[in-house]
Amino acid sequence: MSLYRLPDRGRVDRSTPVTFTYNGSPYTGYAGDTLASALLANGVHQVTTSIKYGRPRGIMAAGPEDPNALVQVETPFPEPMLTATTVELYDGLVASGLSGQGRLATEPDPARYDAMHQHCDVLVVGAGPAGLTAALTAARSGARVVLLDDQPEAGGSLLGTTELIDDRPALEWVEAAVAELDSLPEVRVLSRTTAFGFYDDGFVLALERRTDHLGFAAPEHLSRQRVWRLRAKHVVLATGAHERPVVFADNDRPGTMLAASARTYLHRYGVRCGQRAVVFTTNDSAYQAAVDLADAGLEVAAVIDARPQSPAGWAAECAERGIEVRSGHVVTGTTGHERVIRAHVAQLTDGRPQLRSGIGCDLLLVSGGWNPAVHLFSQAGGRLSYDDALGAFVPSSSLEAVTVAGAARGTFQLDGCLADGGEAAQRALAGLGRPTAGGTPPRPSAAHESAERPLTLWTVPDPDEQHAGATQFVDLQRDATVADVLRATGAGLRSVEHVKRYTTIGTAHDQGKTSGIISSGLVAQSVRAGIADLGTTTFRPPYTPVSFAALAGRDRGHLHDPERVTPLHLLHVAAGADFEDVGQWKRPRYFPRAGEDMDTAVLRECRAARESVAMMDASTLGKIEVEGPDAAELLDRLYTNLMSSLKVGFIRYGVMCGVDGMAIDDGTVMRLADDRFLLTTTTGNAAKILDWMEEWLQTEWPDLAVRLTSVTEQWATVALVGPRSRDVLALVAPELAVDNDSFPFMTWREAMVAGVPARVCRISFSGELAFEVNVSGWDAVTLWEALLAAGESYGITAYGTETMHVLRAEKGYPIIGQDTDGTVTPQDLGMSWVVSKKKPDFIGKRSFARAENQRADRKHLVGLLPVQRDILLPEGAQLVADPQIGPPPVRMLGHVTSSYRSAALEATFALALVKGGRDRIGQTLYSTVGDELVPVTVAEPVLYDPEGARRDG
Amino acid sequence: MRISSVGSSTTPGADLPDHPSFLWRNPEPKKHYDVVVIGGGGHGLATAYYLAKNHGITNVAVLEKGWLAGGNMARNTTIIRSNYLWDESAGIYEHSLKLWETLEQELDYPILFSQRGVLNLAHTLQDVRDSVRRVNANKLNGIDAEWVDAQQVKELCPIVNISPDVRYPVLGATYQPRAGIAKHDYVAWGFARAANAMGVDLIQDCEVTGLDVVDGRVTAVGTTRGTIGAGRVALCAAGHSSVLAKMVDLELPLQSHPLQALVSELLEPVHPTVVMSNAVHVYVSQAHKGELVMGAGVDSYNGYGQRGAFHIIERQMAAALELFPVFARAHLLRTWAGIVDTTPDASPIVGLTPVEDLYLNCGWGTGGFKATPGVGWCFADTVAEGRPHPLISAFTLDRFTTGALVDEHGAAAVAH
Amino acid sequence: MQLIPCPWCGPRDEVEFHYGGAAHVAYPEDPQSLTDEDWARYVFFRDNPKGPFAERWCHTASCRRWFNAIRDTATHQVLAVYRMDEAKPVTS
Ligand SMILES: Cc1cc2nc3c(=O)[nH]c(=O)nc-3n(C[C@H](O)[C@H](O)[C@H](O)COP(=O)(O)OP(=O)(O)OC[C@H]3O[C@@H](n4cnc5c(N)ncnc54)[C@H](O)[C@@H]3O)c2cc1C
Ligand SMILES: [Zn+2]
Repeated sequence: MSLYRLPDRGRVDRSTPVTFTYNGSPYTGYAGDTLASALLANGVHQVTTSIKYGRPRGIMAAGPEDPNALVQVETPFPEPMLTATTVELYDGLVASGLSGQGRLATEPDPARYDAMHQHCDVLVVGAGPAGLTAALTAARSGARVVLLDDQPEAGGSLLGTTELIDDRPALEWVEAAVAELDSLPEVRVLSRTTAFGFYDDGFVLALERRTDHLGFAAPEHLSRQRVWRLRAKHVVLATGAHERPVVFADNDRPGTMLAASARTYLHRYGVRCGQRAVVFTTNDSAYQAAVDLADAGLEVAAVIDARPQSPAGWAAECAERGIEVRSGHVVTGTTGHERVIRAHVAQLTDGRPQLRSGIGCDLLLVSGGWNPAVHLFSQAGGRLSYDDALGAFVPSSSLEAVTVAGAARGTFQLDGCLADGGEAAQRALAGLGRPTAGGTPPRPSAAHESAERPLTLWTVPDPDEQHAGATQFVDLQRDATVADVLRATGAGLRSVEHVKRYTTIGTAHDQGKTSGIISSGLVAQSVRAGIADLGTTTFRPPYTPVSFAALAGRDRGHLHDPERVTPLHLLHVAAGADFEDVGQWKRPRYFPRAGEDMDTAVLRECRAARESVAMMDASTLGKIEVEGPDAAELLDRLYTNLMSSLKVGFIRYGVMCGVDGMAIDDGTVMRLADDRFLLTTTTGNAAKILDWMEEWLQTEWPDLAVRLTSVTEQWATVALVGPRSRDVLALVAPELAVDNDSFPFMTWREAMVAGVPARVCRISFSGELAFEVNVSGWDAVTLWEALLAAGESYGITAYGTETMHVLRAEKGYPIIGQDTDGTVTPQDLGMSWVVSKKKPDFIGKRSFARAENQRADRKHLVGLLPVQRDILLPEGAQLVADPQIGPPPVRMLGHVTSSYRSAALEATFALALVKGGRDRIGQTLYSTVGDELVPVTVAEPVLYDPEGARRDG
Repeated sequence: MRISSVGSSTTPGADLPDHPSFLWRNPEPKKHYDVVVIGGGGHGLATAYYLAKNHGITNVAVLEKGWLAGGNMARNTTIIRSNYLWDESAGIYEHSLKLWETLEQELDYPILFSQRGVLNLAHTLQDVRDSVRRVNANKLNGIDAEWVDAQQVKELCPIVNISPDVRYPVLGATYQPRAGIAKHDYVAWGFARAANAMGVDLIQDCEVTGLDVVDGRVTAVGTTRGTIGAGRVALCAAGHSSVLAKMVDLELPLQSHPLQALVSELLEPVHPTVVMSNAVHVYVSQAHKGELVMGAGVDSYNGYGQRGAFHIIERQMAAALELFPVFARAHLLRTWAGIVDTTPDASPIVGLTPVEDLYLNCGWGTGGFKATPGVGWCFADTVAEGRPHPLISAFTLDRFTTGALVDEHGAAAVAH
Repeated sequence: MQLIPCPWCGPRDEVEFHYGGAAHVAYPEDPQSLTDEDWARYVFFRDNPKGPFAERWCHTASCRRWFNAIRDTATHQVLAVYRMDEAKPVTS
């Protein structure tokens, strides 16, 4: 047993010793320790050196508010920047101190992370006395309650004290309370769970650390951390308070610690943090620490109370234990190297320290008062006000569905906290219209009357007047001092937000949990303003740091975004397709054969389509059924062309524009019946267009009787393309009359194809004779295989999106989103024919009349033929008029939108948007290719079969 | 003096240069100024600075309702680049970038402008086309730009995951080597200090609550600190522009959205450049002290509350880990939000208004930090001369009527 | 994350909804008769108040219905929701 570990105290498990390594040295602790308590038990106070000045730094607190004890954990997996006070000890832990910057692992994190949603009536944050009574009161009424706490066990501040409740040790009461909560079916108690963000409408985010404390023994199948997305009708915040220090010279010396934290180390971990202590306080709470430490065998040299009068009851207790109490005194500084060896004490007269004397000690406990943990309340939009008596900001406004209880609202006595918790729950239940169940509230043992008002003292005047404040650390992690704050106010800064940025106080890992208010207090003093008027800097989520991976949860890798595949996907994979991401879809881009690169494969696929027969999986096309008596009217309003005149059995191409007149999508419209249409959209736009149509229908024209249904997934579509497509179709659809007269272009037929019911359309996106066969998704494989078999003798060839693009580009058919960019009208695309002159209005029409739309130099879609017929222009190349690139800015005329090698043309070609393009046909322009310019001839966009001779086979 | 250092090493890069020991006065507002600038963000401060510096107009007040540069200027992720698609944008942003390159000397302030380059990743074939198009346009506009393939991305930023076996593999990127980041507070304070030194009054806690218009001409502003007469009024209120314009019944095509950002704890250097991805939707740099600074897109709804929703952050984290698996155990330290004034074409609105002597600068949305010196220069010139500076003349309010938009989100599709 | 009360489904998480901007902006009776200025006003200009705002939402991940809401843009508080065919309620 080390000098610092007491044999009979604390809640650590002495039957389970744990070995760990810190800064390269081996140590032993117990299960139930934190890294901090284990280090202290080994007499290690210094954990690291500081970021800017390299000064030794120790453990200041026992919880997440610690500003100092930053460590890097190395095992079982490296994790940067944790506080030693929040790392639960496990066997084999290797960690080291950090001076400000953490280190990321280079290997991928093997752990799993997940998220859970939970709705409840009452969420209680914090399982201290206030939180537990709140949870019990709420739960007994039958409400659905979630209670969470960041510690491994419930109890909150009671874990670090020796209080009695209902005449038995408080922790027995805690145990019973938790057991009761656990027994109720509608209650969930989460430990090791930190509420880190409070958002709108009772939405609270919490992080549960599920396996961290298990170290190497963590089971692989469990998620390491879990994000709880909690939606509560009422939230009770019982988040406690953080003790804050008083700032004095060399207050960063290891061995300097918050008083209540030393008490927590004693009672909860059985650790005494030193051998000889000096306690410096501005309020009554630190006396309990002095007394408890003395009772545990520490020598308490003195209590230095900054107040003129020490509390009588406590003074008597101290006297009983031989502890000297010096009221009206302050600690002005410390001596020591890696650890404090002496506290400098002086009398405070008229706010000035007098002659100082030294008191030898290896532990200097400080209490400057308590800051209610108002972070979540403030995040929820609650207002704070400054409480003069406490010297702290407390919740002041009342939020409808949020109640703050216990120390979090400045109630620091146990009886008050227990009562507060019950009342908070009653308020919550009343709001929910639930009756409160009876029951006697728990009763604590008699507390010391708080005899003397606390004194608000941010900083002790620096005896070193020449370098005043230079070693008085306000934010230890940022190495920012009182001198820095004064320099900031001297620079003209008045706002606490400015001072924060000037000094960096409050920007570190602890986000100023202990330092923020001290900085505000100093600014107020310095500029002679009221701290109440200056306020605090803003509390923002997260309350404590949360790992990126926990927040990413399961949405990683292939689950990052849904992958959509067609019913034919596995066949494509088996055929060796190379895939392209189009929206969320995986589409075959081309089907390489052995030894082929993309260019060769695509040339082969194109040739098959133009010379014989080829087929493509077009199932990803968006498909929307439009049904109802006003279906035709709706389409007339949304498409630029007339749809109502379309006859049943026929198909029409259509374009939709935004209200700004720019093309947003195109596709075909089939009339299935008088009151029924099926339209197709581009693959990536399907959801957007359905939303677009719904928006108009529901918000603008609710009088139209129309229903819209997405049927994209219901139909699988195979495009059968090429001069022999009719022959192949005839083989698989023996009952269908496929000749041109019976089945003309832009019509559709219902038929059995490959033995399954199908809708066959005669449409072409390639200029060739072509059909699109639509069958139920279930029948897609049957269809595909039948077509392959039937077409075998014609050398039927599967092709992908790349070949589709080449074929359509040879015909000058634009792809919305590739050949347009949201600034292109149908007229720009050379499609005035698709813009109805007859309809009085349709979406976008009015915009065509604007000044900008009348300009002759608008960009038009044209074809481009590189003068040197084998140069492939890069898509995205810019076009200029001069063969020489002059000094910038060079006037650009447009850019290449699509560019391919054409088997049919035996040349490369491109589509481009060119200023006044249609008036430049035949002209030579120059296209960027790398840093060179190459000449290109502007051409009509339709480069292949301009007469349309191939369409009917 | 420097206080004693006991330990040996201090962490490199973990410290920032000190601010000067004097920044600005805190004057009482005068009765009248030649120019009243509304909004003490980066744009307002830069405008005041260039009014004094370039035009000798020093009887100027900057009125700020809160603390100076506490709006978007204090909240942005500081990406600076000029590789915009359209000529009009390239003009103003490149002008700005050139000013950034000498701003540290100009302001005599360590603004930590770091030209570490910006990569805009492409994840789909259409991203690639759009990227190449933008690179080619940039080059012809005299802006440094390159298309780099996935392997080159990896060389520039070794921690980017370029494996083809992810949901949206990296196909390449545009790269602007002269782009980078700066330290926003330092920039704002640099302008503020220099403006103050030339006599500009910086007046904080002074909210403009009304604009006095007499015979179609603005003459004074009503504020929480009294009425202040104004020869000219220059509006630089970013997210609150609509609210102010409404005071003179001026309707603007703006929507104010929350835009969130976040930082991690300080980490040893791992990320040497700036990486932006629109498709996977996240962008990241590692700022001077070592913190990862990240952002994504706006929250979809209008909001003035300087707060957004958490699922935006969660998605951003997922996106970040797709691109940077090594970030898994970095920690989210702080999140926040600003209010960004977005326009239909993602380009700003700068220039004259129907109210005489009232000048407008707004609509910079998610990307106006980089424009700070450039717009300050051009807007000051516009206010001083009473006509649009050539570099902002395309960004009129009128363009929404004529249809001459400068559409930076269609093909350009890069925010910030 | 806001909790938005869909008039058809009840309160649901914000992620289930799509935002539609200002409400009560009717498509012009006869767009062709408008001046360019008035047309631009319809296409591009929308109210952007700080405070209560009548706006449209669509419950895309569920009933797919559009509805109107009055929501305070400063506090995110939803003051009222109403169906497209209902009149704008008075909130204060
Ligand atoms: C999270 C986030 C990330 C961003 N990232 C980038 C980025 O990486 N790169 C980039 O280039 N841009 C970025 N931006 C955008 C950039 O911050 C803004 O475009 C730019 O700051 C706007 O100009 P400003 O600095 O003048 O605005 P602000 O700093 O917002 O200034 C406007 C000022 O007007 C004041 N004001 C408003 N109303 C009144 C009134 N009635 N009276 C008096 N004062 C008033 C406000 O308080 C505010 O201080 C980002 C923005 C955000 C929010
Ligand atoms: Zn619904």
